[in-house]
Amino acid sequence: MLDRATSALRGLGSRVTSRIWRLGFASRFLLATLLYSGTSFRRFFLTIREIYFTGVLSLIIILVSGLFVGMVLGLQGYDTLQRYGSSEALGILVALSLVRELGPVVSALLFASRAGSAITAEIGLMKATEQLSAMEMMAVNPIARVVAPRFWAGVISMPLLAALFSAMGIFGGYLVGVVLIGVDEGSFWSQMQASVDFREDIVNGVIKSAVFGIIVSWIAVFEGYDSEPTAEGVSGATTRTVVTSSLAILAADFILTAFMFRGA
Amino acid sequence: MAAPAALIECTPLRNQRIPAFVSNEPLVKISDLNFTYDRRPILTGINMTIPRGKVVAIMGQSGCGKTTTLRLIGGQLRPTHGEVRFDGRAMHELDSADLYAMRRRMGMLFQFGALFTDISVFDNVAFQMREHTDLSEAMIRDLVLLKLNAVGLRGAQNLMPSELSGGMARRVALARAIALDPLLMMYDEPFTGLDPITMGIIGQLIRQLNDALGGSSIIVTHDVQESLQIVDYVYFMADGKVVAEGTPDEIRASDKAYVHQFVWGEMDGPVPFQYPSEPYREQIYGAAHA
Repeated sequence: MLDRATSALRGLGSRVTSRIWRLGFASRFLLATLLYSGTSFRRFFLTIREIYFTGVLSLIIILVSGLFVGMVLGLQGYDTLQRYGSSEALGILVALSLVRELGPVVSALLFASRAGSAITAEIGLMKATEQLSAMEMMAVNPIARVVAPRFWAGVISMPLLAALFSAMGIFGGYLVGVVLIGVDEGSFWSQMQASVDFREDIVNGVIKSAVFGIIVSWIAVFEGYDSEPTAEGVSGATTRTVVTSSLAILAADFILTAFMFRGA
Repeated sequence: MAAPAALIECTPLRNQRIPAFVSNEPLVKISDLNFTYDRRPILTGINMTIPRGKVVAIMGQSGCGKTTTLRLIGGQLRPTHGEVRFDGRAMHELDSADLYAMRRRMGMLFQFGALFTDISVFDNVAFQMREHTDLSEAMIRDLVLLKLNAVGLRGAQNLMPSELSGGMARRVALARAIALDPLLMMYDEPFTGLDPITMGIIGQLIRQLNDALGGSSIIVTHDVQESLQIVDYVYFMADGKVVAEGTPDEIRASDKAYVHQFVWGEMDGPVPFQYPSEPYREQIYGAAHA
């Protein structure tokens, strides 16, 4: 009995230690990525190309999701607000929910599933097919040439996608609230304009989405680069990217919200 | 096939120091090389010499440490003990910038080509030229066509790697590897999975390109008959050690049991047919009946 308990404890310790080692390795990897980022900006077309693959190709899922989330917010918000006779405040509810929370968080979750997994799979397969080794042997640093442009593409794309998500969501809320239900259009827009603060709400939302962009891109490139060079290894790394990114986004959201909106 | 002599042209590299004279020293010298991975010895006491202008084969069973040796020569791994000297400099002592400068003078053909799958054949071959030289696009175009012509695939310049057969991919990878006219070419299992015609083409290309470029080549392979036709010297490895060496004729005539079994493809010998296990009779009938 004691032996089994000791063994279980040892296994737990070993898993914790290896996770800490991996976190340390991931941190060094991020540092190397930042250090070798010069190429991504000197030859900006490399980063632009990746922005197309990670950002532009994620547009459809982001815009459609934003529209539906906004429409649902419109319906749910109206249902609640009308009980208190404040259905004119629907514009505020939709805009603040999207700009402060749902825009950055949901678009980051979608970005992790759509673009993060693709980045991991691509880098993992490049490793499995020795393309990264070939690059090294050609005296080209794969972190500078492959990893850094993808990392920065994610960091740049994420706030833009979140902004588009929020804009589309507000449009969805307008469609349901004003066009479908008949909330006064003037109240909808004017109350929104009066209550949404640029510094408190919009800038903080942009900061959140930029942080989420860093988190998702970091996890995606690291998991791809660190994956086992086998089909199973790449598949496992892709899954880890989505799961770890999602959890990290939600945890970071709580911490950022606690700092940003505590006095508001 | 195009005359490989046409390949001899100078591609000026950015920040490249060109040696003032051609040394008589061997291009690669491996001395007492040991490599341990995860406390498991992979290579023990390896000594090899790769002279300038020669094609040398490293042969042996799968897992005997051939590819590891190649990676140590390329500086992708660091030795646990001993050293690899390339053109007089110890690879493991180089910092990152010097190591990359050295690698610009090396070319490597990977087992399955390792072509970049998101760019065309042309862009694959042009990759190193664009990364390391200041040549104009017009000049790069001419050089790429020259390299592709040398491997017989000038007409395939616009294809994507997914549209190539295994042999074609290997030839494009070869054109890419010689893009900057390397001093040393390394081939990792270049004949694996190829039909006899393509195998012959790759073999001839390796020899002719080596002679045209005036460099040295190392072929890691277990295709004995194909490689003995084109190489100048052979090292045989087993269990991380060099167990035999000599010219192709000496290897063919060798009476060492391991070499004999390997060269003539014998089923049983120093490398046993059966994976180690308990005695057959004992396993079938149980220990009591044995």
